[in-house]
Amino acid sequence: MSQATIGNTTSRSYYEDSARGRLLGLLDPGSFVEILPPAERVVSPHLRQLGTPAAFDDGIVVGSGRLEGRRVLVAAQEGGFMGGAVGEVHGAKLTGLLERALDERPDGVLLLAESGGVRLHEANAGLIAVSEVMRAVLAVRAAGIPVIVLDGGTFGCFGGMGIVARLCDAVAMSEEGRLGLSGPEVIETTMGVEEFDSRDRALVWRTVGGKHRYLLGEAATLVEDDVATFRAAALALLDLTPDLSLAALEAEHAALGGRLERFGDCRDALDIWARLGVEEPERLPILDTAEFLDTVRDRRA
Amino acid sequence: MDVTTLLDRLFPDGHDVAVDGVYFDGTGRVFGTNVSVIGTLDNAPIGIELAFRMAGAVLEVVRSHPGRPILLLVDTQGQRLSHRDELLGINGYMAHLAKCIDLARRSGHRILGLVYGQAVSGGFLATSLLADRCYALPDAEIRVMNLPAMARVTKIPLDRLTELSAVSPVFAPGVENYRRMGAIAALWDGDLAACLAEALAAPTDGDPRRALGEERGGRLMARMVADRVRRDAA
Repeated sequence: MSQATIGNTTSRSYYEDSARGRLLGLLDPGSFVEILPPAERVVSPHLRQLGTPAAFDDGIVVGSGRLEGRRVLVAAQEGGFMGGAVGEVHGAKLTGLLERALDERPDGVLLLAESGGVRLHEANAGLIAVSEVMRAVLAVRAAGIPVIVLDGGTFGCFGGMGIVARLCDAVAMSEEGRLGLSGPEVIETTMGVEEFDSRDRALVWRTVGGKHRYLLGEAATLVEDDVATFRAAALALLDLTPDLSLAALEAEHAALGGRLERFGDCRDALDIWARLGVEEPERLPILDTAEFLDTVRDRRA
Repeated sequence: MDVTTLLDRLFPDGHDVAVDGVYFDGTGRVFGTNVSVIGTLDNAPIGIELAFRMAGAVLEVVRSHPGRPILLLVDTQGQRLSHRDELLGINGYMAHLAKCIDLARRSGHRILGLVYGQAVSGGFLATSLLADRCYALPDAEIRVMNLPAMARVTKIPLDRLTELSAVSPVFAPGVENYRRMGAIAALWDGDLAACLAEALAAPTDGDPRRALGEERGGRLMARMVADRVRRDAA
């Protein structure tokens, strides 16, 4: 974890923190209680079979806590363990936590996503687990409990977890966060470097990074890379009221159709940003978060 | 099995399913019950346009045919892998499709999936894996990735993966593995119309796949872990 003191306030990078570090920084001090902690030794049975090292928490921390006194259930994926990939145990912990929300009815569920998606070492179990998480997220929202995603970790949020994130009420991202379905490396490996050059960092950030996701409306909030700002964003989003009605999904359908019509022929984020009416779109990547938010005010899709 | 043969066998009482490129939809009749059909063919990659079109079809069924069962016949090699689809937020389109299917379920539509060709990765996640019950034809293919690609990514030798896939259903492709893991309720063979009618009549309650996977010895920890996280004191 990196800490830098600015004036009297301590800034703590969300990007560089661990799953547990983020949770402790996010929740009210002393309020976090972990469920199935590492001491329980609930590990993946499949990794052992393949001779691959396992983790005692299978790369995900789940539990309950408080956010400014409000009751929340929380899950945080640990990118440091297999890129936060979802296997049988990892996925079942997340599903169980979401189902717990149906019983406890907290003020919200926070999902600190950091994942490359399905863990290939237990591919079938991971894929099915993600679909169970998907159904559980929708059941929690249908019960009127908001599910909020925070996305600002090193590995981003991809694969099945990229779909899960967009099933939730809102995604709060930092510029450093990334959100998508197939990661740039996967596309490059399968389709060729001319389709997506994963080593072109500028191209990657302006395609799947926080600023573009915010402009498109895929992320509700863009925050600085700082645990305290993520905390403030999560707290504000807890007031959302889930709406999965036919009218809400028809409105979403119209918006997604509009996006296709308006930007379907764009081949680069710069084209989209220009079409949104941003002057000098090529400057957006170098702006800090505050300047960026100021520049794109009223320019979001 | 090609789509025409499949539809004729599923709906001996007739259907009006129309094919447009790699997409099709319409209504079939089986023993007096109307069933809405939404699907793709030719191992179609599911890109933004296709996901959007399927979502629209689901919403149309919810609006115009309250309670009518929906059968998903999605043959897919997976999500479309392209820079342009990522740029436009393909994960959001997939999520939208999943939300529409879930809305139909909550509105009282029975949702069934039948894997008749290929079901791969993201294209499977946003469709048949969200059904109340998903079935498969015995010669269909389900996978996340093939073994050679998996060996490259995981750096586990192909020989070792091949050896393990003979005994473990956890990572090797195959409908039987997905049946053992609980994701496929049953394989359909012989009289497909009778299989469909039976599936339409079967009760549905919640998501039974963890329990099925445990019962069939394919996923031994998922149910226990989820139950403990749901109920353990915290």
